[in-house]
Amino acid sequence: MSKLRALTGDQAAAEAMRQIEPDVVAAYPITPQTEIVMNFAQFVADGRVQTEMIPVESEHSAMSACVGAAASGARTMTATSANGLALMWEIVYIAASTRLPIVMPVVNRALSGPINIHCDHSDTMGARDSGWLQIYCENNQEVYDNVIMAVRIAEHKDILLPVMVCQDGFITSHALEGIKIYDDKQVKDFISEYKLQHSLLDIEHPVTYGPLDLQNFYFEHKRQQAEGMKNALTAMPEVFSEFKQQFGTKYDFIDTYKLNDADIAIVALSSTAGTARVVVDQLRAKGKKVGLLRPRVFRPFPKEKIIQALKNLKAVAIMDRSDSFSGQGGPLFAEFRSALLDEPRRPLTVNYIYGLGGRDIDTEQIKSVYADLEKIAKERQVKELVNYLGVR
Amino acid sequence: MTKGSPKRSEEKGWKEIPIGGVIDKAGSAAEYNTGDWRTFKPIVDKDKCIHCLQCWMYCPDSSVLVKDKKMVGFDYEHCKGCGICASVCPVKCIKMEKE
Repeated sequence: MSKLRALTGDQAAAEAMRQIEPDVVAAYPITPQTEIVMNFAQFVADGRVQTEMIPVESEHSAMSACVGAAASGARTMTATSANGLALMWEIVYIAASTRLPIVMPVVNRALSGPINIHCDHSDTMGARDSGWLQIYCENNQEVYDNVIMAVRIAEHKDILLPVMVCQDGFITSHALEGIKIYDDKQVKDFISEYKLQHSLLDIEHPVTYGPLDLQNFYFEHKRQQAEGMKNALTAMPEVFSEFKQQFGTKYDFIDTYKLNDADIAIVALSSTAGTARVVVDQLRAKGKKVGLLRPRVFRPFPKEKIIQALKNLKAVAIMDRSDSFSGQGGPLFAEFRSALLDEPRRPLTVNYIYGLGGRDIDTEQIKSVYADLEKIAKERQVKELVNYLGVR
Repeated sequence: MTKGSPKRSEEKGWKEIPIGGVIDKAGSAAEYNTGDWRTFKPIVDKDKCIHCLQCWMYCPDSSVLVKDKKMVGFDYEHCKGCGICASVCPVKCIKMEKE
């Protein structure tokens, strides 16, 4: 039996963590992730979980402690945002390349500078090549569900990679929504027992973690890591379907809205998709064939699903809530264009960088993108490849 | 390469080794021939050596070989050529020669 509760996105992540009851949580508070750590620390203080909570002195230490704990076989979690993620950078890569299934809710926030505490995706997009899986959540229910699923995904024997569960800072992290909370036992049954193959604490079978790895083997370990990420494309659907059996909601790599017969569409991550969906309905009411695609998973990049969903469209706008400063668009745009490039039939693509530093993205701005797309589809050309939406 | 190190093409492939750089065998450091790193090689003049074993004490890689309390030579599979032995030798009987 599940029950409906009003929780913020941060509380939803903390509630999932309470039910998961990791062996170790090492975390440092940072806005707008603070309420995750705060709420979870309260669960520990109240004796509601047996988790060993390590209140570290920095995010670099948080991820370091997580690596040590995970290598010992402990189910391990942390959480962060923006500059916290930047400070743990070195160890973020080490966690992935050491193949430790750490789960980390990340509350997306603009990376300094200038200093800003509000939502954009520059923090996790910067970590897109770190070897972590990345799941992006539209709403609080997804935050809760994805944190639970992330444990199984990270620990899947064919994957064994850490997972970031990303949500939009303040927009979902601090907004109350009614969400379905499952029974503690149901969640425990779903995540089941975790047993690491090589534990640092197994003195009968001593192992070394993190040794020097030079020209002779480093490359082989990186090749394995690439395979783990590739395997996620086939292993994650197993977790999705088990989740559906247990809890009723069917997740996939992408979420589409009115895309089947659409001529033009917007691609957007996380909460922006909710706003875009409203616009799709408004424009559909006027008879316009518009749709929406929201990648739920960015790492691994679900190329085939995306091609199938978009190849018959005339024009697609890829919305990036971060800039890569490559001079040719944001990170999502680069991935989408690359994925579509080999298709003989593919839509024209255009990039919109929006919402940096928490700048509001509203229905009017999204309407203007659909209007641009109509023009692009009609004229069959993209005049401005990279656009900055909502900037003065 | 020092004798004993397999050629790179003969090492195990990515499907055959533990993931994440884990070494699933204890005490395997000896199998790593750090002698490969050496540029200068210590040579002992056994006529001058007084067997004080300071080189043995200072060697960071346990590469000074001792038998019956006598310094008998070097383990060139693991000696990285740091030269500490030559530096601490009170009778200057160890010289570093370019490989």
